[in-house]
Amino acid sequence: MMDSENQGFEEAHLYASKEEMENLVLDDPLNDTKSHSNYRSAMSSLLSSSAASAAPVVVTPADSDPLLAPPPFSDFHHTGGGGGAAADSSYLDPPSYADVIFSPFDADTAAEFNGVESPSQRSDRSASFSRSSSSAAASGAEHIKITVSNPQKEQETTNSLVPGGNTYVTYLITTRTNVPDFGGSEFSVRRRFRDVVTLSDRLAEAYRGFFVPPRPDKSVVESQVMQKQEFVEQRRVALEKYLRRLADHPVIRKSDELKVFLQVQGKLPLPTTTDVASRMLDGAVKLPKQLFSESSVVAPHEVVQPAKGGRDLLRLFKELKQSVANDWGGSKPPLVEEDKEFMEKKEKMHELEQQLSHASQQAESLVKAQQDMGETLGELGLAFIKLTKFENEEAACDAQRVRAADTKGLATAAVKASRFYRELNAQTVKHLDTLHDYLGLMLAVNSAFSDRSSALLTVQTLLSDLASLQSRAEKLEVASSKIFGGDKSRIRKLEELQETIRVTEDAKSVSIREYERIKENNRNELERFDMERQADFLNMLKGFVLNQVGYAEKISNVWSKVAEDTSGYARESS
Amino acid sequence: MEQQRTVSGSSQSPRSPSSQPYLSVSVTDPVKLGNGVQAYISYRVITKTNLPEYQGTEKIVIRRYSDFVWLRDRIFDKYKGIFIPPLPEKSAVEKFRFSAEFIETRRQALDVFVNRIASHRELQQSDDLRTFLQADEETMERLRSQETGIFKKKPVDFLQIIKDVQTKMSDVVLGKEKPVEESNAEYEKLKHYIFELENHMAEAQKHAYRLVKRHREYGQSLSDLGKAFKLLGDCEVDSLGKAFSELGTKSEAVSTKLQKEAHQLLMNFEEPLKDYVRAVQSIKATIAERANAFRQHCELAETIKLKEINLDKLMLTRSDKVGEAEIEYKELKAASEEATRRYETMVRRMNEEFLRFQEEKTNDMGIAFHEFARGQARLANGFADAWRSLLPKLDACSPVSQ
Repeated sequence: MMDSENQGFEEAHLYASKEEMENLVLDDPLNDTKSHSNYRSAMSSLLSSSAASAAPVVVTPADSDPLLAPPPFSDFHHTGGGGGAAADSSYLDPPSYADVIFSPFDADTAAEFNGVESPSQRSDRSASFSRSSSSAAASGAEHIKITVSNPQKEQETTNSLVPGGNTYVTYLITTRTNVPDFGGSEFSVRRRFRDVVTLSDRLAEAYRGFFVPPRPDKSVVESQVMQKQEFVEQRRVALEKYLRRLADHPVIRKSDELKVFLQVQGKLPLPTTTDVASRMLDGAVKLPKQLFSESSVVAPHEVVQPAKGGRDLLRLFKELKQSVANDWGGSKPPLVEEDKEFMEKKEKMHELEQQLSHASQQAESLVKAQQDMGETLGELGLAFIKLTKFENEEAACDAQRVRAADTKGLATAAVKASRFYRELNAQTVKHLDTLHDYLGLMLAVNSAFSDRSSALLTVQTLLSDLASLQSRAEKLEVASSKIFGGDKSRIRKLEELQETIRVTEDAKSVSIREYERIKENNRNELERFDMERQADFLNMLKGFVLNQVGYAEKISNVWSKVAEDTSGYARESS
Repeated sequence: MEQQRTVSGSSQSPRSPSSQPYLSVSVTDPVKLGNGVQAYISYRVITKTNLPEYQGTEKIVIRRYSDFVWLRDRIFDKYKGIFIPPLPEKSAVEKFRFSAEFIETRRQALDVFVNRIASHRELQQSDDLRTFLQADEETMERLRSQETGIFKKKPVDFLQIIKDVQTKMSDVVLGKEKPVEESNAEYEKLKHYIFELENHMAEAQKHAYRLVKRHREYGQSLSDLGKAFKLLGDCEVDSLGKAFSELGTKSEAVSTKLQKEAHQLLMNFEEPLKDYVRAVQSIKATIAERANAFRQHCELAETIKLKEINLDKLMLTRSDKVGEAEIEYKELKAASEEATRRYETMVRRMNEEFLRFQEEKTNDMGIAFHEFARGQARLANGFADAWRSLLPKLDACSPVSQ
């Protein structure tokens, strides 16, 4: 039963003793224990044997975002992933949902858990909880299912400074989809984390203004501190979550970048992000030329990217100057953020982020407290089991035997309750994870907002540029018109200037278009985000509450029995 | 729910018209008196009885912890072999804080202590108990201060003689290096049982105490989460905002239940376990006393033999020391018989006490388990009801698009 589960809450020593407890305790099986174990064994056999065939049964609708409350259903059908099956069983949806709808210890409920019908039943319930879908999912048919598995160590083959070479880990990324654009229904590639970083960077550039899900951290520190295996596993899970989120985003799932990442064998054909140092170096090389040439111009095609992070240092400086002028200068910048609605929304997002962070922390505390409850109850149960054994061995009178029996009843209940608390907690984690997930998503929101403001800054800078160029041109015209016959050098300069102005005008148009485009993206994304968030949060609350109710009922039953068994003592004492 | 352990000699309540003798005591109303280092807690001790040895049917006196200690010490001395009911620990440190919890658990433990004495067949006859329950405060204070430190004057000589013998006789004279011990297999088993039992009960009590803490932490975290959800709800609109806020409120309500249950758990589960540990420790003290008694009995028996031989020698030589030696011999003989008698009484008492102890503990644990289970069930039901009441409200909060 629980031995196969990979719950992080178990401690090694408790495992061993739990074995003891199982042996001692299960000789008077309570209904629920049986139904529970049947349910679990049914589920794990389902997992291991018919994983492939069961896949079509579950509707893994495109909208089943891992952010959603009942993610377990998608986790059922792990393909190939070795360690996956065991880990999955810990994600099984608890009987609690059923329990609330039916009564907890129905024989019927137990029967329902056995047998293959359960997945579809569960998915029905899942459908009823799942949020209303965005249009892509409403069609129901399209889905992209991504699995990350099979981490392997590989050697760096070329130019390593370190003799013996660098090793790195690659992950097998398997995609199953019925989306025609992919030109295939199932395919796998091997990617390393660096590739994911590349993907993420390219997406950020291509999808400005969108809430692009943030990729997992590089977390250098953690990789040193944790055990290699644990770290790799943690990363695998994070990557899977990330890729699934990408696949869930209605716009990004169609991106070339993602397609290429998922499908193209061998080296990832996306341009890598050169590191900051070399970019700055490049920019530094260009800078003198920019400064000394009269007409330093931002090429129109470059304005669609923010200045920061690019190679154009001059542009960087100009925009920086502009932003300072915006903040401290006396006059209003040439174009301002006028959308009041947007500004309100931005405020709200900020506030939301604060409260999310706070709630996320409290959720962690709750999880810890529930875990501790379960642990201590288990330890108490174990201590009482030992006491029972002891009293029975040394029993010299009936009073001792009676007490031993009473103690055993209490111990059994404590152990059961302890298990329930742990299960409750595993589910609570899943539900409240929605908070953490959305906190992570706020990064994407902020980055989308900053796309907008940097695009605005680009526009403002260009407008200022244009204004100053035009005034220079005017001055030149005035000056040269005073000289009869024309001033050859001035005329030349004027022509150059006018050329610069034209190019800058083009750049300005492009940048404004870009800005508007980003604004539109922001708007759409905010709408989508609000809708999804509300649905997800509601599901989270429902799931959380249902879970609490279900387990509270089970725990209550366990203790009611003991109270009943010991009710004789109560009468005596009053 | 408080457990008033007013255990009477019979199982009738004090108020029933009784031909049955009853003696019931309650320790109530802890009041902090004095200042700083001198501060202490006084308790009202109310005795209700129809026993003729007592003055009147109801008596109220004021006692403090050290009075209870006096009573325990007196009984321990006089009733060797009986497992004296345990007292709560002295704890000089906690006293200073005098937390409500400390005061309450101590009061309960003292109440249980006195009632156990009052319902014990032999102990309830004790004069010291009567004194404790009836004497005015000045008398009590006088008695209490006589106890501090050294042993006071004991009736007579036997004990004195025994002690003298012990100091006079050295192990070397007796030809033994190690202390004398009973070689009784069954008793050995019993001792082993007691020592093991202490470990088990101590561990159980430790976990019980931790469980109390866990309840409090769990309650705190639910309360904090509730508040956080309320704030989060303020960021959200319409029904979702309401949903968060309802959940937050419920969470806080549930948290209160947890805190209440934590207190119940402390008083009705953890404390009885602690009491069990103390009881076992009290038995260990009695075991030590028995070992002493046995040793005295053995040593005196040896001494007697030697004296006999000596006396015979003196008689043969018609020494004028005979008279003196005869007197000494007679005294020692009496003392030896006394020591043997004490030892045998202890053995008899202990045998009865072991049975009584097991029955008492089965009953105590039965009650404690019952209260524990009831409390946990009550808590879980409270949880289920509270959360369940939210479900229709949450269902009503469908997202706009659905």
